[in-house]
Formats: sequence, C-alpha cells, structure tokens
Amino acid sequence: MAYFIAKRLVQSVFVMLAVAFLAFSLFRFVGDPITQMTGVETSVADQERLREELGLNDSFALQFARFTGDMLKGDFGFSYRTRQPVAEMIATRIPATLELGVVALLISLFVGIPAGVYTALRPRGFATQAILMATLVGVSIPTFVIGIMLIFFFGVQLGWLPTFGRGGTVKLGGWETSFLTVDGWRALILPAFTLGVYQLTLTMRLVRAEMMEVMRSDYIRFATARGVPMRRLYFRHALANTMVPVITIIGLQFGGVIAFSIVTESVFQWPGMGLLFLESIRFVDIPVMGVYLVVIAFFFVVVNLIVDLLYVAIDPRLRIRDVS
Amino acid sequence: MLRVEHLTVKFPSRFGDVTAVEDMSLSIAPGEIHGLVGESGAGKSTVGAAIIGLLQQPGYIANGDLMLGDTDLRALDRFEAHALRGKRISMIFQDPQTSLNPLMKIEDQLVETILAHEDIPSNDAKKRAIDLLEEMGIEDAASRMQAYPHQFSGGMRQRVVIALALCTNPELIIADEPTTALDVAVQSQVLDLIRRLADIRKVGFILITHDIGVIAQIADTVTVMRYGKLIESGATAQVLGHPKHAYTKQLMDAVPPLDRKITRFRVPEEDDGLAASGPGKGDAAEAWLLEGVRQQAVGLSLQNITVEFPGTRTSIWHKPKPFVALDDISFDVQPGSVMGIVGESGSGKSTLAKTLTGLITPSSGGMTLGGSPLPGGKTRSRHHPSRQLIQMVFQDPFSSLNSRHRIGTILAEPLWLYGLVNDSDERRDLCIDMLSLVGMDPDAIDKYPHQFSGGQRQRIAVARALLARPTILICDEPTSALDVSIQAQLLNLLKDLQAAFGLTVLFISHNLSVVRQMADDIVVLRNGRIQEKGASEQVFETPEADYTKKLLSLTPVMPHDWSL
Amino acid sequence: MLAFIKRHEGLWLFTRSPFVMLAAIVAVAIILGAVFAPWIALVNPYDLASFSLMDGLLPPVWEEFGNEKFLLGTDDQGRDMISSILYGARLSLIIGISAMTIATFLGVGLGLVAGYFGGRFDAVIMRIADIQLALPAILTALLIDGIARGILPPDMQQNLRVTVLIVAIALSLWVNFARTARASTFVQMNKEYVQAAVMQGQHPLRVMFVHILPNILGPLLVIMTVDLASAILLEATLSFLGIGLPADSPSLGTLIRIGMQFLLSGEWWILWIPTLFLVALVVSINVLGDFLRDVFNPRLR
Repeated sequence: MAYFIAKRLVQSVFVMLAVAFLAFSLFRFVGDPITQMTGVETSVADQERLREELGLNDSFALQFARFTGDMLKGDFGFSYRTRQPVAEMIATRIPATLELGVVALLISLFVGIPAGVYTALRPRGFATQAILMATLVGVSIPTFVIGIMLIFFFGVQLGWLPTFGRGGTVKLGGWETSFLTVDGWRALILPAFTLGVYQLTLTMRLVRAEMMEVMRSDYIRFATARGVPMRRLYFRHALANTMVPVITIIGLQFGGVIAFSIVTESVFQWPGMGLLFLESIRFVDIPVMGVYLVVIAFFFVVVNLIVDLLYVAIDPRLRIRDVS
Repeated sequence: MLRVEHLTVKFPSRFGDVTAVEDMSLSIAPGEIHGLVGESGAGKSTVGAAIIGLLQQPGYIANGDLMLGDTDLRALDRFEAHALRGKRISMIFQDPQTSLNPLMKIEDQLVETILAHEDIPSNDAKKRAIDLLEEMGIEDAASRMQAYPHQFSGGMRQRVVIALALCTNPELIIADEPTTALDVAVQSQVLDLIRRLADIRKVGFILITHDIGVIAQIADTVTVMRYGKLIESGATAQVLGHPKHAYTKQLMDAVPPLDRKITRFRVPEEDDGLAASGPGKGDAAEAWLLEGVRQQAVGLSLQNITVEFPGTRTSIWHKPKPFVALDDISFDVQPGSVMGIVGESGSGKSTLAKTLTGLITPSSGGMTLGGSPLPGGKTRSRHHPSRQLIQMVFQDPFSSLNSRHRIGTILAEPLWLYGLVNDSDERRDLCIDMLSLVGMDPDAIDKYPHQFSGGQRQRIAVARALLARPTILICDEPTSALDVSIQAQLLNLLKDLQAAFGLTVLFISHNLSVVRQMADDIVVLRNGRIQEKGASEQVFETPEADYTKKLLSLTPVMPHDWSL
Repeated sequence: MLAFIKRHEGLWLFTRSPFVMLAAIVAVAIILGAVFAPWIALVNPYDLASFSLMDGLLPPVWEEFGNEKFLLGTDDQGRDMISSILYGARLSLIIGISAMTIATFLGVGLGLVAGYFGGRFDAVIMRIADIQLALPAILTALLIDGIARGILPPDMQQNLRVTVLIVAIALSLWVNFARTARASTFVQMNKEYVQAAVMQGQHPLRVMFVHILPNILGPLLVIMTVDLASAILLEATLSFLGIGLPADSPSLGTLIRIGMQFLLSGEWWILWIPTLFLVALVVSINVLGDFLRDVFNPRLR
C-alpha cells in the first residue's frame, strides 16, 4: 500500500515538473520576455542589463531550476498586461472557480450516480430509454449553448435568476465566498447547472456501464442465488463494486470541470480563473497563462491523489496483501 | 424432493425462438447427487438456471413442471422466488475466484445470507457461520472469517462458497462445474466434501459437469444430455457402465482412460467433416510435407533452463523477489518422439512452451535443436531457422486464429513468410489440400474463423503449423477447451500426423489421461521444478515421485469394471 | 435481403432502431449539404458582393415579413441564413474531420507501439498522456492557440487560423485514441494469434498493423465517432469564445457567437437556427457513436 501511494506521489511530482517545464518554455520562448516587460523607448543597453539581472543569459537548466524554485516559494512573476504579481491575480480568482466547480461536481454526482444505477437496473424500461436519449442530447449540446439557453429562459424570459457575476459575496479571510448569501447562491445556480450538465451525463453513463458489468459478475449471480435481499444486493454489493472504477474516472472529470469552467465563466461573466485565462490568451499574457497551467495541473494532481487514497480505502485488495 | 417434468426452455432471438432445453425430466431425492453430463451446448447449465429461476434474459420456460416438494416453482412470483433462493435451493458456481464479493469480509457475506432467510440474532448467525466454516475444513474459522476473499487460496475459496450455499440449510444445491477451475488435489477434497454433505445432511445435489470421471466418482444417478434433450438417465453405474444409447456409448469411447494406453480412439466416421479425409484428398499436402521432412527428424534438449519473472513490487525499500517460473529444467526429447509435459496450473508448463518458441527469455541455461544451439527469447533473431522448424498449436481455439483474416490468409502466411512457396495460386492449392489432410472441407479456405466450431478451428491451427514444414510441433493443452468427443478426434489426428511425418512433438497438458494416450516419454512439472521424468508407460505404471503418485491416485477415473 | 440483414447483427439492430436511422439521415443530409454548399447555397457568405444589406434581418418565411427567397431569414448583413449555415457546417466539418483524422493517426500509432512493446516505450508514452490528461482538451486547444498568437506574425495568423485550430483540436484529442488503442492492444497481445505471429518471426510492424489493428478497430471506430462530435463541439466552443474563427469566415460556432448579439432583441432566428443545426449535427453523430458502441459491446445493451 505504501508503495502504491509512493509510486503515485512520484508520478504526480513528475506531472507537475513537466507542466512547470511547459509553463517555463512558454515564458521563455513565446515572444521575448524583455521586449514584453519594457517599452519601446528602453535602450538596448538597458534591455541587456535587465536580461542579465533576470538571469536570462544563464544556462537553460539553471533558469528552469530558478523558475521552479520561485514557483515553490510562491513567486509567480508579473503579468505583462497589468504589471501586477500573477500570484495575487490568480489567488483572488481561485475561490470563484473552485466554488463553481465543486457545486457543479456535486450536482453531477448526486444526480448522475442515482440515474446511472437506475438505468443499469432497469435497462429495458421506458424511463431508462428516455434518460439515455436525454443524456445523449446532453453531451451533444455545447456548454455555452446550455448557458445561453438557461440565461434566455430563467434570466431573460422569466427573470428569476441573475445571469452574470457572482452576486453577493462575503470575505472569509482571503476567501471570497458566495455560499453565505442568498444572492450568492442565486447567482451560482445557473452557472453551476450549466457546468454540471455535461459532467452529469458522463457520470451517469459511466456508472451505468460499470454497474451493468458488475451485475453480470459471478459474485452478484451467486448472491442472487443465495437470496440476498434485492436492496442489499444492489447497494451493498453492486454499487460498492461499481464505485471502485467510477471513483478514478471522477478524479479525471475534475479536469473537465475546470476546463469547461472557462466556457461557463465566459458565458456568465463569472470572475474566476477561467475568465482570467481567456483574457490572458487574448492579450498573449504569457506569465498568467503559464501560472494558470501550473495551478490547474496542481489541482488535478491533488484531486487524483485523494482519489488514490479513496481507492485504497474502498478496495481491501490494495490494503491487505494476499495471504495465500 | 425435486421433480422436473417435460421442461422446455426457449430463448427468443432474431431468428425466432431457439429451444435450449426440450422436454427434460429428472427427479432428485434428499441426499442424492444427480450428475448432469453433456458436451458444450447440451443445455445442462440452462436446466440448473431454470430450476433456481435465474435464466439469462431473455430466456423463458415455455413448458413443463418444476416441483420442489409441494411447491410449484413456476407458480411463484418474483419476490417469492427470490425468497426461496438460498432458503431452499442454492447454487455453487464454477470459479471460486470470481464467486465472492471482493469488497466484503467472508463473515459479512455469510451473516447477511443467514439473516436474509432467518429471523435470528446476528450473534447466532455468526456462530453458525463459524461452525459451518469449520465443518468445511477451514481451521481457526473465527479469525479467518475476518479476512477478505482475496486472502484465501482457490481451494479454500471454494469451501467458503460451499459454506455460503449451505448456510441456510437448503434442500437442494445446484453445483455448476464446481471443480472445473480447481487442481486435481483440491478437486478431490471438494468432491469428498460434497459427497459427505449429501450423506450426512441429506442435501440433494445437481452436479453439472462435462467431466465424466467426476460423475463416475461421486454421482448416484446421472442424466446424459445432448442438444438440449435427455439422452439417457438412471443409476450412474448402469448408465456409464452399460450405456444403452449410441451417443452415451460414443461419449464413453471418447473418454481417455488413465490406466492404459490405447492406440486410437473409436470415433464415428460421420462426425465433424472427418469423411472429407478420404483417399486421394490431402495427398499433395502429404507429399509436400514429406519432401520437407525427408531429412532426419530432429531432437530437442534443454540444459538447466531457469526462467524468472520480476515480482510485483510492494515496498519502496526492498527489491521484489523474482518469481521463479521454471527452475533448472533439463530434459531431452528424442527425435521423432512425443514428449508429454504434465503439470497443474502454475507448474510452468506454458512458460516452458513460450521459452522454446522464443516468446520468453530464460535467465539462465541453454537449449539445443538437433544438436545446434537454440538462442532463447530476445536473442533469437526473427530470421533464425528455428522460427520455421518449431511450430505450435495453442490452447484456445477461439483466440489462436486471427478473427479478421480468412482461413486462406491465415494458412498461407507461413508459406510466404518462410519463402516455401512463392506462387500465390500454388499456395492456395496447397492450403486447400492441407485442409483436406486435417479433415476439413476445402471450401473452408474462404471463410472466417468464427464460422467454425472449436474442434474445426483446432484442425485449422494444426494445418497452419504444418504449413511451416516444422520438425518440432509444440501442442500446449490443444484439447483442454474441447469436448471429449472432439478431443478424441483431434488426438487421433495428431497421432496420425506425428506418425506420418516423423514429427517431434512436445505435448503439454494438465490431463494425465490424455498425456498417457499421446506420450512416449513424460516430464512431470510442479511449481517450475521437474518432479519426475522417464518413459511414459513406466511413470504411469510405477511412479516414483510422491507428487506423481498423488496426482495419479486423486484423478477421478471410472471404476475399472465399467470400461468397455 | 432480410436474411442478409439478419445475418449481420449491426445491420439488423440498425433497422430496428428508428432513432438511429433518423440520426443517420440527419447526419448524412447535413454532411451532403456542407459538401455541396457552393452549388446549392443561395449566396456565398464570404463574398460581400453576393448579398445585400437591403435584405438584412428578414425573419424566416413562416413569420410575418418573411421572404420566400430566404426560407430561414437573413442576418443583419443580409446574408441568407441557410447559406451561412451550410458554409458554416462545411468549415466545422472540415476542421472536425481533419482534427479527428490527425488525432486518430497519432493516437493509434502511439497506442499500438506502447501496447506492443510495453516497458519503457509504454512508460514514456503513457506519462506524456498523463500530462495531457492533466490539461483538458479545451485548455490544450486554447493554449496552442495562444502560443500560435505569440509566435506567428499577425498576417500569417489570419491565414493559418484553420490550420492552428485543427492542430490545437487534434493535439487535445489524441490521448483518447492512444489510451484506447493501448488498452485494446494489451488485450490482443495476450491472444494466441498474436503470439503465433510473433513466434513465427513476423515483423513487429506487420504484427501491429496487419494482425492487431483490424481486431481493435471496433472500439476505435466508436472513439472516432465520439471524438468527431467532440472536435466539432470544441471548434464551436473556441469560435464562440472568440478564439477560433473570425467573423468573416464563420463556422457554426462563430455564427452562434454573432447570434448572441440578438439574444435580447427580437431576431431569434439569427441565434437559434445555427444553434439548432449544430446540436442536430452533434446529436446525430453521437447517436451513431452510441449505436456503434452497442454493436461492438453487446454487454451494454
């Protein structure tokens, strides 16, 4: 078990290093950082001095080591566009994106898992066919169209819910949350739903597929032949075994949530990291792009490590070595 | 106790209803073990599933009566049927590795089953579970019960499975191939256990199996099935010892005896396209092959071969211990003889085949082919002559032929690969003739593998091997996936080919009776080590190693006086 | 005929699934329309001379003030909606199919190699895939687009927009193919027909492409369909975000972005008709993909 976790840790560090390298290459090779930082009027000599000062003439490996070191210290450099420290810019945007992502993920799990179980247990029912058709349409409507439709109906036509921004937020230390005000929740509903729909369909289809596979397994057939009560059979036996593969995929889905939050944030003008990233792409603001990448990869890696721990907790085969 | 009358089971399909079981009747008394035998597709598992009410969708019972005591099983609704399962009828499945929920402790699985059917305090249920496990021969049950299924060995798991099937004191247990996945020693223990439970607890068993030896050993009564229909039924000794029906006779003829070597199996001529190998057909292929092996038959020898696989790593600090699959293996195969390799699962016999064919690199030791050194694994180049001279027939007829290629393409591959025949028309003619030689219709050449049965595919696989003009043929469990009657035909074919072309054959099998029919010499393997080697008849008649003796004594056989 | 259909399970299921048949018809109709757009479209939306501002903002023909010449109405520039959509679908499909094709070749090639050779090859390729997975499709596509903006001179950027989009989308989709191809190859590697071929001394390339590849086409075909839908969605999303194609060469996504301006005014058709087309196209492809999955994996039925 310790070995399993250790192996995953090493892999995570590797992924982080690779992404950091990507970010560094972006910074170093896409456009010249010096011309970006200085104006047209800066003399060549001054530019050269700055270059030396920033260590841009050092060896590639040294520069990358310094870049990684700075990152670890929380020094993410400055934005080309706003001249602010990138760390600060991203930090103020993180709460918005995370809250949106978490709520969307919860929607996807709380609706997707029961729906997946239902459609797996009644594969021929009318409701199942309807749900399957609906999810097929669900994955086929682009996220931004779902956003537009929701805005159109609930915002414009019915006027029930706000269609942009975060509404009322409360500052808790450095964390700006929408969870504590009614206004904040109202503003969260449409974007979270928009973001959740796509993940929901994926979760549902995955749970369904795994559950059907498990229901066909020998141990379920044996449990049926022993007359284990149906409810227990479905939930204690089948669902638990379904969750083993499902959990790993849900970890991967978190990446999808973050990615599609870029689109959702753009549609709803939600002031999160995604919107910041879009702006930085438009203005080729390389440091922000790079740091965004690193932050996303970091979240991804952390979520997947948590998934691995969950995996170990659920599956005794990983916890306890074979005796035989 | 159980009475099945005129049972008919149908499966709707796009070609109309397919009748899986037709007009089947049987009855079982308490404490009786009733064997249900038949080859694949006979519908024996379907009968079991119909009785316990777990027919695969969309199958249904079209006709017949199913009575358990006074209960009409067909009259039960869904919920009553489910409540009855476990309580009065239970079931044991083939593979103990997959029959238990891997995420639940043994205790939880036992207790939940007991509590599902009886309203007793959970402590009593637990106590009964412990007693039952001890009765099944699991020592220290109270603490072993806290373990998860993966912590038990295969044989122990099957005991747990039987305990689970038994924990609610059912009247009837349907055992569907309960020992097929087990090794001989464990099989014999499990069979003893079943016999004891029937005698002491008066549980009725339906024992579904394809293994006639198993039936002969423990069943009181037996029903022979074929194509979903009842062929013959009655007391075991009578049905198997003095079969009335021609099919039962055929079946008994095809069972290889363990106690003697027979020259050929008696096989009805009309079966499986064998008629195609009449005179004149296959002559060209025969001549072509003889031209290739006109040179001396070639022997094979292994010197101190050891194969190690890296172990699975479980710790950060320790290097995993390598798993030794073959340990210091040496033997010689005489030119033109058949060497039998016997061993149970995990004995390393397949590893041996892969080492010889160059799929696995030995970590030490050497091999020679006809006196010249045979490089192992990665050091054997793609163009090494042994690539052609050593050919192999694999175990699984369903995966050994590329399902996306036509038979003609599959067969012609060795011909052009080794540059044996360069003209494509000639290749085709030769392939067609070779098909005749192995007893197949020539029109098979344009078909795909899925259009053939397992036995026919094995014949095609043999043809493919022969078309490389080999001198050494390795057969790795070539008949273990086949029914006995098909097995008999294939064994006959292999014997004929070996004799005709002076092939040197390495015949690998877990089945002692089959090896005895084929081999001149044998090697007995266990856990990667040679237990015994010598002339086949000598080893079978006077085994020296304890392991060989044990294997021979535990293999289920028919009582001697039954043999025809 | 009936017997022939019954013998082929896929065909048989097809004739029994009205939804799937409908989806096939819709997909084929849209694809044909896109292919023949230059011949059947009323106006060429890229050619300013072919339409007139005078015809601007006409509603579909069944609405009041609708014009029979423009069945689904016109946009603010006076472009016929049908023509814009056909040309838009054409562009979307070109990008989607090209990206999917590149991703297939790249992914399947790497996946086969990783699965066949295993060991270090496999480790390296799969670690790259891990990194790719940590950066989801949209992000990768946006990033590549951003890099292209940083590297390419402005005048080339315009000309290379389509190429950049194709590369960006292809690079964000290859992982799916690589992982599927690798997993399926692993399964096939244990099959005896592959062992037979290896044992006989056949060339690794032959084993990979002649023996293994045909046997793993099923799952790959499913991924190809699903990923074609993803690629079209991705292109639409990028264009919608204003990062894909510019307004003068509109894809379906660009049309929707333009239509957004009319969300609050009365000209609903400018937004919703292209949207409906995009969704119809993607739903049809996904229905077909789902059907293929059922055919190749009967256990899910």
